[in-house]
Amino acid sequence: MAVPELHRRTLSNGLRVVLAPDRSAPVVGVSVHYDVGFRSEPQGRTGFAHLFEHLMFQGSESLEKLAHFRHVQSSGGTFNGSTHPDYTDYFEVLPSAALERALFLEADRMRAPKITEENLRNQIDVVKEEIRLNVLNRPYGGFPWILLPPVLYETFPNAHNGYGDFTDLETATVDDCAAFFDTYYAPGNAVLTVAGDLHPEETFALVEKHFGDVPARPVPVRPSFAEPLPSAQRTGHHVDPHAPLPAVAVGYRMPDPVSELDAYLAYSVLSEVLTDGDASRLQQRMVHQDAIVTDIGTGCGLFGVPLDSRDPDTFLVTAIHAPDVSTQLVLDTLDEELDRLSATGPDTEELTRVTARWSASLHREHDRVSSRTLAFGAFELMYGRAELSAELPARIAAITAEDVAAAAKAMRPDSRAVLTVEPGSES
Amino acid sequence: MTLLTDYRSPEEIGRTEAGPRPLPPLGVQRPDQDAPTVDTVLANGLRVIAVRRTSVPMVELRMHIPFAGDAADHGAVSELLASTLLTGTARRNRVRFSTDLAKVGGDLSASVDPERLYLSGSALVEGTETLLDVLADAITGAVYPDGEIDRERDRLVERIAMARAQPRVIAREALQKHRYADHPFTKEVPEAAEVAQVTATQVRDLHARAMSPRGSVLVLVGDVDPAQAVAALEKALGGWTNDTPAHRLPALPVVSGGDLLLVHRPGAVQSQLRLSAQAIPRTDPRYPALQLANLVFGGYFSSRLVENIREDKGYTYSTNSSFEFTPGNATLLIDADTASEVTAAALLEARYELGRLALVPPTEQEVDSARQYAIGSLLITTSSQSGLASTLLAFAGVDIDPQWLREHPDRLRAVTTEQVAAAALEFFAPVNFTGVVVGDADLLTPSLSALGGVQLP
Repeated sequence: MAVPELHRRTLSNGLRVVLAPDRSAPVVGVSVHYDVGFRSEPQGRTGFAHLFEHLMFQGSESLEKLAHFRHVQSSGGTFNGSTHPDYTDYFEVLPSAALERALFLEADRMRAPKITEENLRNQIDVVKEEIRLNVLNRPYGGFPWILLPPVLYETFPNAHNGYGDFTDLETATVDDCAAFFDTYYAPGNAVLTVAGDLHPEETFALVEKHFGDVPARPVPVRPSFAEPLPSAQRTGHHVDPHAPLPAVAVGYRMPDPVSELDAYLAYSVLSEVLTDGDASRLQQRMVHQDAIVTDIGTGCGLFGVPLDSRDPDTFLVTAIHAPDVSTQLVLDTLDEELDRLSATGPDTEELTRVTARWSASLHREHDRVSSRTLAFGAFELMYGRAELSAELPARIAAITAEDVAAAAKAMRPDSRAVLTVEPGSES
Repeated sequence: MTLLTDYRSPEEIGRTEAGPRPLPPLGVQRPDQDAPTVDTVLANGLRVIAVRRTSVPMVELRMHIPFAGDAADHGAVSELLASTLLTGTARRNRVRFSTDLAKVGGDLSASVDPERLYLSGSALVEGTETLLDVLADAITGAVYPDGEIDRERDRLVERIAMARAQPRVIAREALQKHRYADHPFTKEVPEAAEVAQVTATQVRDLHARAMSPRGSVLVLVGDVDPAQAVAALEKALGGWTNDTPAHRLPALPVVSGGDLLLVHRPGAVQSQLRLSAQAIPRTDPRYPALQLANLVFGGYFSSRLVENIREDKGYTYSTNSSFEFTPGNATLLIDADTASEVTAAALLEARYELGRLALVPPTEQEVDSARQYAIGSLLITTSSQSGLASTLLAFAGVDIDPQWLREHPDRLRAVTTEQVAAAALEFFAPVNFTGVVVGDADLLTPSLSALGGVQLP
């Protein structure tokens, strides 16, 4: 993959800036990644990082409520934000004539967001509707990203529900918001990324103009969320009133993606060998040959996106199966295939396929300016290397059969979490 | 890390010494380059649109084939066909299909709706020939092995059960039935009992009859020379012939306004509101004005409906108003998911906003914002290979050529506020709308019955 042209600077207030010019289309992406996610929210305030993300759209010193949305969209652009375990991002994609406007909008809410009781109450209602939509009112809601962590992990940051309990959300106050903003939303705790149709020097000047006088504030010391590996298989059970078929999720711990990147990537390759496409091992064996699951998937990260958080991270296996198939049969077959892979590793053809598919999916991701901007920003924030996203195909290609075998071997039954989902009512 | 104990008050955070600052003006927009395009029909009748877009070394393929049918079990047979199209030919089994594609970073998948069969894929650009070879192999040589049919039939039954547990699918089926009764266009998900009866012979017969290049469209976008791409397509697919004329669905009835239907979903904590009215096709001269009226109403975040029921009242996480393009025509579709206790209130506000759009014309500022958004979001969507390919296929499906797309920003620039007001009055009047509410009827009945205009179970 072509090495992206990257330009970096750090402003005097500590804000890290990455510019990635690419003039193939007259559109530009602007993102700000703050180094705080739902793993950092305080006990008794589950869901607060996400709720606060909503509040950052509710106005700032120069922008009345609704103005942020209106200015982005009346400039022809789109916007969004999302909360992850270790970071929160905000972005706009716009015709490039609106670049300065987007910088202005992001700077204004980094400098002086308007946090009001009325907007907080309104967004608590909106977030509760979001949770009803995505979790409470649908089959397999929160499976596995909310349901599995409390089985695999023991400490509050790793185990709790990042969407939040309704009681915690309802009792949030504007004072909590002020404390959260002053603790985590310092310019020195953020990365600004601009990608697409831009001139680097002109853009740096605009960045300085709008972000330069955001006052520096202390940057929080990032805590370690490390906890010991499970010393036995942990199990959990969930009854889902909307689910038509049983499901199972298996969670394994993974190497630290920052300090052991290549070992982590071996799990990523393993995931593709197991379930990417009809020729993959588990698709062939479990879906088609033994016909014991309707669908099966594996992936790195709680949301199936590799390298999207720091340590500890989770390797996931999820399957939906017929009621007459036992969880044990699914687990035994999984273990059998992992044993085969740990004995001999994948063959050369399997590894070649994984490399080609990775290159292709990265090209496709980078072709959308929104995902390109967000990938550079997230990698710069967590790994200090925006260019890592372009280097991954080569690093994936260097993963050997032995590396994958070692990853498969490490996925032991006595150090994992198994969550079963049973259709039916709680009564 | 715990939170700071020494922090500013919300009021202190929200103001600076310098005070509020002015919004910077927009710069001068650089136009997008015209992407070299070939739009032609191959000797076998297949329409091909090939576009060079070099942003990444990939190629994106999108295709549709007319695939309607009037047999009662047509939906079941065509779903099973789509699930097994890429599982066997004289040259490839399921695993071979997958490995050949994966080696060139590729994928290819098939899906079907009551109108068409769709094929969607991509590959590294050096794998273009492989991608086209795999496509041609399936289209001209699929054999539908008995074992694959048997396994996919079972999976399909399970997948149908999964789909019908989704509130949005329940609401969609209820709306289709309420709007169009049992017109074949409404059969988006087949019945499990019908799927269980489908034989391999039926699937093979449907393939032989319906898989035809005439009326089909293939879009290829990527780091390719369009003329060479067309030559490669001619080479790969030139031997594909079938003169059976495509089956056409009977015309859809016009959607007329009327009571909403309440559909009971026991235990639901949230309801699906779905409202719909008749609209006009993109080729209608009133369409650009109606497109902007729809945005002002609820077609983007800065709209009256979102600002009212989400940002003011907190009744919903997302609500949207959009066009649904039907054969030769279009409808308006408004959706919102709201907690049971505020469902009736959300419906009241939606009706109020419909009436307000028809009677209190959009301001110049509202129209201008919608116009800039329509132009900008089209630019953004079509700036990626995959977005451009999908957009071109969607437009080709309603007989709109790439030139129309290029001219559309100028068409939007020419729309006046008066034209938007006229379109709003004609199409957004509350009396034009019908729809469904899916939710727990035990909780909803008292408030919906008080509000009126809803058929209760």
